[in-house]
Parts: sequence; structure tokens; C-alpha cells
Amino acid sequence: MQLLFYVFALVTIVGALGMVLSHNIVHSAFYLVLSFIGLALIYFSLSAPFLGAVQLMVYSGAVAILVIMAIMMVRRTDMTVSNPTQSLIKRFVGAGTAALFFVLMGLSIVLTPLGGGDAALPATEAADLAGLLLSRFALPFELIALLLLAAMLGALLLARGGDES
Amino acid sequence: MSLLFDSVGVQEILALSALLFSIGLYGLFTRRGIIAILMCVELMLNAVNLNLIGFDRLYVHDGSGQVMALFSIAVAAAEIAVGLALTIRLFRLRFTTNADEADTIREFKDFRN
Repeated sequence: MQLLFYVFALVTIVGALGMVLSHNIVHSAFYLVLSFIGLALIYFSLSAPFLGAVQLMVYSGAVAILVIMAIMMVRRTDMTVSNPTQSLIKRFVGAGTAALFFVLMGLSIVLTPLGGGDAALPATEAADLAGLLLSRFALPFELIALLLLAAMLGALLLARGGDES
Repeated sequence: MSLLFDSVGVQEILALSALLFSIGLYGLFTRRGIIAILMCVELMLNAVNLNLIGFDRLYVHDGSGQVMALFSIAVAAAEIAVGLALTIRLFRLRFTTNADEADTIREFKDFRN
């Protein structure tokens, strides 16, 4: 299990680094899809099969298609220079800040006494999640549905532009 | 053989999550295009989801962490839909999608809109 986790983590990290460092924004989007697929595999290996399926469908399916459609709608020039970055000094500052954040998080992970936890229990199936969603988390579930409706209408109105003739 | 049969610990999950979050943070600082920035935000949200699912797997065991990750995924989907719609709108008004060129509230003088 640990070996699988490391392989999937490698896939995810390669995807993330490629997304951040690529000069072509379409390549960036496809590296992001690779990273999402690696994360979905990690969810499967953590015995969260429903979340893995949701990750595959929502992120590496819908979000990726949305991003690529948006890229195609706004970009009409050469794709090879389509992903501009800041100047070199700002990139150094950004890398330093991100590295500092990672070191701080790593220190807090190493120094916090976390109990071992046990992973030998059976996986959380979709039926368990459905029970939780409709009993204990019923109100947030309804609110999320409302949020998705509002976001859909808002995105439609914004992208279409209601008042232009 | 422990590499094959042992289950993964919480520290590996947390370290991977922190690394993904840092990579997303680097991209957030260094990219100029709005779409690239939105992709970096998605990566950071995914790192947080990994944390939620890892803690649910190892400590909570009743699925509440996974439900929370589901909510997070829904909010992220709403966020990227509205963000991309705003990007398309901005491109129509200014013919650019760079975040640092959208730096005025005033109307752009060549465009009636």
C-alpha cells in the first residue's frame, strides 16, 4: 500500500510541477489533469472510492474541460508563449515564500505528536456518505445545492453579458 | 516488505499535501494569467481535500471528513465556473487575461461598455 501511495504521489507531484513550470497554458491544463488523476488514485488507495470517483468526474472531467474551453475562448495568438510569468526576481521571491511555507508546514508535521491512527477499518462506501449527507449534514447539503445553482446562473450571466446589444 | 503491506501513515499524507499546497502557492505568486492563477488555486484546494480525506481515513472513520471534502469540491467547482466567466468577461472588455493589467476600476476609454 505504501509503495502504491508513493507512486501515486510521484504522479501527482510531477503533474503539479509541470503545471506550474510549463510555458504553454494548454500543457499546463493537461499537467493539472495528470495531477488530479494522481490525487484520485490516492483517494482510491486510501479506501475512499466515492471521493476518488467524484475527483475523476468533477476535477479531471468537468473542471479540465471548463479550463480548456476558457483558454480556447480567450486566446487567439500563438500558444507557445501563452503562459506569462513574473520577472525573475519576483519568481525567486515566490519560490522563497513557497519554500518557507513548506518548511514551516513540514516542521509542524514532524514536531506535532500525532497518534498512529488505524487504517484497518472497512472503506467508507457511497451509502455511508449518502446517509450522512441526508441526516447529519442535511442543511449544508441544501446550501451547497443552492450555491451551485447560483454559481451556474451567475457564470451564465457573466459570460453571456446581458446588457450588450 | 513493509513498503508493500503497511498502510500509509498520516505524516506522508500531510507532507504530500503541504508540498502540493506549496507548489500551488509558488504558481499563484509567479503566474500572470488569470486562468493559470485559477488552476493554481484548484491545486491548493485539492491539497486541502487530501488532508481531510487522510484524517478521516486514519482518525475519524465515520465519513464526516469525506463529506467535508465533498462540500469543498462543490465550492471549488462553483468558484472556477464563476472565475472563468469573469475571465471571459474581462477578455471581452480589455482584450487581456493578465491579472496585473486589470488594475483600474474606471471605464476603459476606448470601450463604451
